[in-house]
Amino acid sequence: MAWRIIEGNQALAIGAKLCRPKVIASYPITPSTHVPETISEFVADGELKADFINVESEQSAISACIGAQATGVRTFTATASQGLALMHEMLYIASGMRLPIVIGCANRALSAPINIWCDHSDTMAERDAGWLQFYAENNQEALDLVLQAYKIAENKEVLLPGMVAIDAYTLTHTFERVDVPSQAEVDRFLPPYKPLYAFLDPEKPITQGSFGTPEHYMEFKYSQQKAMEASKEIIDQVFKEFDGKFKRRYHKIEKYKADDAEILLLTMGSMSGTAKDAVDRLREKGIKVGLAKFTVFRPFPAKELIEIAKRPKVLAVVDRNISLGHKGALFSDATSALASMERRPLTVNFIIGLGGRDISPQNFYEIVEKSEKILKKGKVEKELEWIGVKKEMIP
Amino acid sequence: MKISIGARVEEAGSSIKYKTGGWRSYRPVVNKDKCTKCWLCYKYCPDAAIEKGKDCAVIDYDYCKGCGVCAKECKFEAIEMVPEVK
Ligand code: SF4
Ligand code: SF4
Repeated sequence: MAWRIIEGNQALAIGAKLCRPKVIASYPITPSTHVPETISEFVADGELKADFINVESEQSAISACIGAQATGVRTFTATASQGLALMHEMLYIASGMRLPIVIGCANRALSAPINIWCDHSDTMAERDAGWLQFYAENNQEALDLVLQAYKIAENKEVLLPGMVAIDAYTLTHTFERVDVPSQAEVDRFLPPYKPLYAFLDPEKPITQGSFGTPEHYMEFKYSQQKAMEASKEIIDQVFKEFDGKFKRRYHKIEKYKADDAEILLLTMGSMSGTAKDAVDRLREKGIKVGLAKFTVFRPFPAKELIEIAKRPKVLAVVDRNISLGHKGALFSDATSALASMERRPLTVNFIIGLGGRDISPQNFYEIVEKSEKILKKGKVEKELEWIGVKKEMIP
Repeated sequence: MKISIGARVEEAGSSIKYKTGGWRSYRPVVNKDKCTKCWLCYKYCPDAAIEKGKDCAVIDYDYCKGCGVCAKECKFEAIEMVPEVK
């Protein structure tokens, strides 16, 4: 292991390299371009023995990964926003064919209006695609989650693809100190990829991703759901094993000063760091606020959320995305998970930081202030609140 | 029968085992007495699901989709389309 000062994109690239993929196919897109750029250098310099395929679109990038992975090798790609959207139909094919591909996503807003800055709408739009989803708070997590994503995805009970999402600019282009494990350490954690079903052998021709008629299609989807359910246990196992080897413990939902909190913020991605600072300062003022950060969004950690939600009176769900016509994705899933609780906390949804709008501690003070009012009144009057929207600008 | 992981098919040329007759909602039934063995239906069937039988046209229900082309083309009203009732 060695300390290095690297940006989030490099963390993804180095993480991928340490996993020894045999094929990387990528099409550059802001703000994830540095990922394929860095990997192409590794390949050109002979540091990574792999084929780097330059393709003409993101749809081709993921298609090439699907094709390569189906021959029986580990693959990687990276993208963002419109690029991920262009991959959309192929994402379902990768998961349906049960190919444990891992991709790095720089979370970036979707057009229109065209915008290259951060929000989570791109990966949230793919939450039903049958991919495991991991969200990093910082560059260390970006690197670590790539290693763990492969290990989880390739588990024989799982065999599902996974995406590691990192916030545009806040992580992708920001340099941080990252503990980079050695190749030998990673090799001890992640064994070479041995496909159980998806591989090509000219001696033994097979078909992959064949036709599924009404007689079989539902069973295939059922088995994908079963794999998602099974992955919950595997994720815990892998996170634990990772901690044993690298001394960094991940949780599907990470708690921060949550145990005695009356107001609990639910967050994802890099905003969690800012929110933790805000929590610290509010705690100094005696406000009982805590935080629960979703590192894993798919499979949705419903059981863990229910456990965490037993004590707080208000859950303030902070979404950096909006499902237009309803609410934020985290809020929708969180409230549906809480529905089975006998006594559930009050829930309120805050939309924040769309299209790269900066997220400051002040935003969290405002969120907590609004949550305190809800706590005092004992009811939620406005379930959906937009933080920092300049209403005077709206025609 | 069990489904595979990732819709993998182990065996080449296995589509022959896959019976597509289940898509049918009407079944063509040949009246042996009316059939003249002109084999027009045999030529028209888009699924090649009709065989030349000894006494009359014989439908292969494993693959017949129930499109009704044979019944329409038969000049002798020897084929009747009957609803599939399970
Ligand atoms: S109904 Fe259609 S598919 Fe069936 S035997 Fe007649 S022509 Fe062929
Ligand atoms: S077209 Fe009619 S008469 Fe001719 S072979 Fe077919 S069923 Fe018999």
